[in-house]
Amino acid sequence: MTGMQKLLGWIDARFPLTATIRAHLTEYYAPKNFNFWYFFGSLALLVLVLQIVTGIFLTMNYKPDAGLAFASVEYIMRDVDWGWMIRYMHSTGASMFFVVVYLHMFRGLMYGSYRKPRELIWIFGVLIYLALMAEAFMGYLLPWGQMSFWGAQVIVNLFAAVPFIGDDLSLWIRGDYVISDATLNRFFAFHVIALPLVLLALVAVHLVALHEVGSNNPDGVEIKKHKDANGKPLDGIPFHPYYTVKDIVGVVVFLMVFSAIVFFTPEMGGWFLERDNFVPADPLKTPEHIAPLWYFTPFYAILRAVPPLFGSQFPGVVAMGAAIVLMFFLPWLDRGKVKSIRYRGPIYKFMLAVFVVSFIGLGYLGTQPSTPVATMFARAFSILYFLFFLLMPWYTAIDKTKPEPERVTG
Amino acid sequence: MSHGEGDSAASPGKRKFLIAATSTLGGVAAAGIAVPLVMSMMPSARAKAAGAPVEVDISKIEPGMLLAVEWRGKPVWVVYRTKEMLDLLGKHDDKLSDPKSEMPQQPDYCKNPTRSIKPEWLVAVGICTHLGCSPTYRKEVGAADLGADWPGGFFCPCHGSRFDLAARVFKGSPAPVNLVIPPYQFVGDSKLLIGLDSSALKAQRGVDK
Repeated sequence: MTGMQKLLGWIDARFPLTATIRAHLTEYYAPKNFNFWYFFGSLALLVLVLQIVTGIFLTMNYKPDAGLAFASVEYIMRDVDWGWMIRYMHSTGASMFFVVVYLHMFRGLMYGSYRKPRELIWIFGVLIYLALMAEAFMGYLLPWGQMSFWGAQVIVNLFAAVPFIGDDLSLWIRGDYVISDATLNRFFAFHVIALPLVLLALVAVHLVALHEVGSNNPDGVEIKKHKDANGKPLDGIPFHPYYTVKDIVGVVVFLMVFSAIVFFTPEMGGWFLERDNFVPADPLKTPEHIAPLWYFTPFYAILRAVPPLFGSQFPGVVAMGAAIVLMFFLPWLDRGKVKSIRYRGPIYKFMLAVFVVSFIGLGYLGTQPSTPVATMFARAFSILYFLFFLLMPWYTAIDKTKPEPERVTG
Repeated sequence: MSHGEGDSAASPGKRKFLIAATSTLGGVAAAGIAVPLVMSMMPSARAKAAGAPVEVDISKIEPGMLLAVEWRGKPVWVVYRTKEMLDLLGKHDDKLSDPKSEMPQQPDYCKNPTRSIKPEWLVAVGICTHLGCSPTYRKEVGAADLGADWPGGFFCPCHGSRFDLAARVFKGSPAPVNLVIPPYQFVGDSKLLIGLDSSALKAQRGVDK
């Protein structure tokens, strides 16, 4: 026995190190037919780590005080060694987080990864998405620019539209009658402590649930149905080294794109950092045109598309909330005989295409000023968005599917 | 734990009761400690104190002009409306959601056609009732981007809500109700006290609420 083996034995007698590595890496069998779309889970994990690390270093110089916040961000940008890079990595990371998460979620839609027995993986995933939105929203207030301030003003006022308790609820969230120092300070607390803890816990249960039932794959068939004499899936390969190596390729390509943004166009032409946010927050003056960052705009467009009913803004808020809540029910709305888009019929393919177009259309409209024509389009896209979910039990059931293969293909 | 098992077999009802009682009391304790944490997020005494009334000198405001002052951290507009502006006010009631100010968006003494104490002075909280942006003052009649029938008023850049010069919302705007008229009173002819009116005690209760 070498010294290393002795040490490992000593640890294993006290902590299941080898067993854990086996269960989650070297003897976790993933389907052998993963494709391009399976990069984004591990990339999301990478961005989470990047955000936590860069975030820690930003807090060392950032001041969560309405009087100091804006200047402290500029201080990080100008006077702190490498501060500009850490800050741009964090701001680019926020947008790239949503890029990879949206692609990851789309993968789930294509291959039916939310279907039985992976309902809980999907639900944990939607919860991660919600926590991520809260995290991004609260983080965006911290630079205390004009967009930070007025964006937060609009979103917190959404809660004021809730009947009966709305005013007190928004007061409670803000801790003041308007967005103020109290709001900034508590959003900082949520952004750097509370929500990261929630996110990490949710990511952990997402992965534990995944490794319990095993990964889905582009064919949407269960590899656990066909095992060899040792009980290993015939169509599975150990996650490590096969997929760790594959994911490294994804990481390298991702970091090339990420670095290009950080170094050449960190504002991404106003899409990642809005121009108005380089102006300090002014509670007395709303910018000419305010819009949330791109990853929120589909829901923002739905909110604006709903006209006020009975003298209340609440229906729009409900529609916006429902657009996200419906995602939780996806595993039970889908009655298709097959999981993967490869074997689905034309109706599902058509509906998924309509859904993607609506989502992107809403996302674009949410960035634009509201005009009558834009509102009309936003209403049409909103209806299509909801129809994708609400009609799903019907169209997935009548769709002409192709037979699934017994084993995974290629 | 053979002793414990024997107990539960002998009197399962007792064990159930003890579990329920312990859980309930534990829940009460958790709720009890949650109350101070949750309530600590309400506006602090200092934030409430900042709701104190502000005094505004209106002697230097020219006819037709708007002065924005800060009260409770919100913009409050003071507009010196000209006679032409006031004349236009009554002519578009059919286009307004709430022309008679039926909704409780103003103190009782401002529930009148001009929504003010003195007709020429409009005092309003400059926060859109839709989602809290601050509308811009667009007094020019028939402005090109707002349509030939624009009677002058306020336009919210965020979501396109429109208000007239009495801060009443036009139909079809995302904003559901008229802008808020804060409690205020005149102190002599040239000064305004915003945030406090003659029914001072009642208003103060409103602040604390």
